[in-house]
Amino acid sequence: MKLLEFLKRERKKSASVAKERLQIIVAHQRGERDQPDYMPMLQQELLEVIRRYVQVDQDAINISLDSDNDCSILELNVTLPRDEQGRPS
Amino acid sequence: MAKIIVVTSGKGGVGKTTSAAAIATGLALRGNKTVVIDFDVGLRNLDLIMGCERRVVYDLINVIQGEAGLNQALIRDKRTENLHILPASQTRDKEALTPEGVEKVLETLSQEYDFIVCDSPAGIEHGAQLAMYFADEAIVVTNPEVSSVRDSDRILGLLASKTRRAERSEPPVKEHLLITRYDPSRVTSGDMLTLEDVREILAINLVGLIPESEAVLRASNQGVPVVHDMDSDAGKAYADTVSRLLGEEVPLRFHEYQKKGLLSRMFGGGRR
Repeated sequence: MKLLEFLKRERKKSASVAKERLQIIVAHQRGERDQPDYMPMLQQELLEVIRRYVQVDQDAINISLDSDNDCSILELNVTLPRDEQGRPS
Repeated sequence: MAKIIVVTSGKGGVGKTTSAAAIATGLALRGNKTVVIDFDVGLRNLDLIMGCERRVVYDLINVIQGEAGLNQALIRDKRTENLHILPASQTRDKEALTPEGVEKVLETLSQEYDFIVCDSPAGIEHGAQLAMYFADEAIVVTNPEVSSVRDSDRILGLLASKTRRAERSEPPVKEHLLITRYDPSRVTSGDMLTLEDVREILAINLVGLIPESEAVLRASNQGVPVVHDMDSDAGKAYADTVSRLLGEEVPLRFHEYQKKGLLSRMFGGGRR
């Protein structure tokens, strides 16, 4: 049975793996490209402010700017640590 | 007024200089007055690919710094009429390449030539940015391989933001995708990105597809741009690319795997 499954399973072609990886990385690069120049700085400073109160990781903060027709929405997501230990006394 | 075309890629070793040499030569063979400029200060190679390395006296930096006139630095191609080469400096510091200096050189050349082909250095630093800054069109050379495709996407970002056209809010630099070292047999076996994959990911128009070809190394060994070798797939593919750059509609060739027949297997078949 196992052997049959093994034989039936088609190995994923390496080119399609490459394509998937590239689609993700390129989408990410383009997201960064279209954002205003101040975004990395804003993200860094927001992180510093949050860290004054809660110890969070560098990648625990996610910031994005979406624009609709006539307004832009700045979305800020911060993942806080589960326990209280990260909090300064 | 000349059309300024930059040949760029981000990643090194994908075939920028080979392509710049072949395309500039192809444009000249079609009767256009063409000059090809090497922007790779410190690591010039265009002179070797064009086969004029022993005729370099002055270079781009000499001209920019006023040590030589433009006509003293331009090298007339031995084989092709209407074609000149402006070599890069092998010794000077990269910083000697100034935007003002480059602008002046391009402006002067613009009066006389139909096409100015700029061969960009690899990377996204000073030299590469300067090579693309004044461009009207860009040929983004890409291998069907992950790092090359990612770097090409980075270059597309720079073309959209760090060029004179972008800064002046003029119509954007026209972007062309040139896929090189394409191996249809590996595409068929699923181990190489297809040309549709690359085109879809980068989302720009395909101007040419150059198959992996033994003729390219042969050409660089001899210092004769591969477009002169019209018996080879690569030579024909570059000639097609030039036609498309000139606005002609030419069907794609060499993107499908040709299974070798019995006869060509026995007798070695044609040259690739």
